[in-house]
Amino acid sequence: MIRVVLPQHLRRLAQVEGEVRLGVAGQATQRSLLDALEARFPMLRGTIRDHVTQERRSLVRFFACEQDLSHEPPDAPLPEAVATGTEPFLVVGAMAGG
Amino acid sequence: MSGVRVLVGTRKGAFVLTSDAKRERWDVSGPHFAGWEIYHLKGSPAEPDRLYASQSSGWFGQVIQRSNDGGKTWEAVGNQFAYDGPTGTHLWYDGTPHPWEFARVWHLEPSLTDSDTVYAGVEDAALFRSTDGGQNWQELPGLRQHDSAGAWAPGAGGMCLHTIVQDPSEPERMFAAISAAGAFRSDDAGQTWRPVNRGLHSKEIPNPAAEVGHCVHRIAMHPSRPNVLFMQKHWDVMRSDDAGESWQEVSGNLPSDFGFPIDVHAHEPETIYVVPIKSDSEHYPPEGKLRVYRSRTGGNEWEPLTNGLPQKDCYVNVLRDAMAVDSLDSCGVYFGTTGGQVYASANAGDIWAPIVRDLPPVLSVEVQTLP
Repeated sequence: MIRVVLPQHLRRLAQVEGEVRLGVAGQATQRSLLDALEARFPMLRGTIRDHVTQERRSLVRFFACEQDLSHEPPDAPLPEAVATGTEPFLVVGAMAGG
Repeated sequence: MSGVRVLVGTRKGAFVLTSDAKRERWDVSGPHFAGWEIYHLKGSPAEPDRLYASQSSGWFGQVIQRSNDGGKTWEAVGNQFAYDGPTGTHLWYDGTPHPWEFARVWHLEPSLTDSDTVYAGVEDAALFRSTDGGQNWQELPGLRQHDSAGAWAPGAGGMCLHTIVQDPSEPERMFAAISAAGAFRSDDAGQTWRPVNRGLHSKEIPNPAAEVGHCVHRIAMHPSRPNVLFMQKHWDVMRSDDAGESWQEVSGNLPSDFGFPIDVHAHEPETIYVVPIKSDSEHYPPEGKLRVYRSRTGGNEWEPLTNGLPQKDCYVNVLRDAMAVDSLDSCGVYFGTTGGQVYASANAGDIWAPIVRDLPPVLSVEVQTLP
């Protein structure tokens, strides 16, 4: 199971507390992980990536294993520690005031 | 016993204020959607417990929320606003072409007759409609594809479609207003549109009497006289007696004719309200005195309403969607400020009192009169 940590605003929107645990079929990538996340929580569609282009929203960041994965290709494999659930995949609202 | 429900959108969440018909004691519920901008929320005239809310964030985009129990519980519905067909360009602030980009929903206008049908006015300016309770949204592209659209330019707040007015006597007729393009009318349920700005004069644009380009801030209509429209423009308060075919200025003796909201008394179609603001670069009341102005003559002759409102050192603004009236007898008038106060008058504006004083900046106020 992959562990996903959502920012507070999206946890509240999805009505979840704490981490989300998701099973991803096949290779774990940003795309497959977000597909699984949005399938389970349809209200998150459009809030992390664009509905149509599937591009990450500009003020959303993806961190894991103390690395910024935001600019990794969406079909690149996630780090092994994320794929195995050792480390969480963090969806983060960029530090941009407000 | 009848009562009122005041729906307040703020920079950091939504609040629901309820009272009985005396409008003296209030229950405050919220913040709903804490931390999100709630540009607007409004109830269905056909089914008052059905509410829609526009929830948005610079980080996480647009969400639409729906309630079926008057705001006690909410569910997220559809949030995909895709322009229909080629998007083309409008003018950017520097006069260069800029592609149409969806930013947020400014205004939600539920149908007068069907609680599952709701219109959305969005930035960049376009009109969308849902006929399934907000699950799916389709653009009515005739407005955005109007021949003049390439020359539209954003106002300071963005190029937003902020006003949607439905004609209760002619279901096919509706009005929309865009900053800074102007007012538009459709006579075929939103399929095609034409500008209705004759008589507007805006010295901020190259041709002050141009067909489009005016920064209309708000339009109001009394349902008993749908051909009479009142407008708060960037500068100037205007009225039309022919469904927007022509406009006349009715600013009269206002201390400033700049402002944002305008509304009509629920039972007196010639009684209207505005909140004068000093100027477009000084978004606060003249002389630091927060005054609602009321005209009982449909404009031109205005009286200040000050009882209960701060008359010194007040430098808040009242935004375009932040005034509303109830339909009790006597008519209640409500408005919210960028300082977080929501003021109410249960006697048509004669005496005011704050319902709440310390909310986040208020973006919108709507009122439902409950049986």
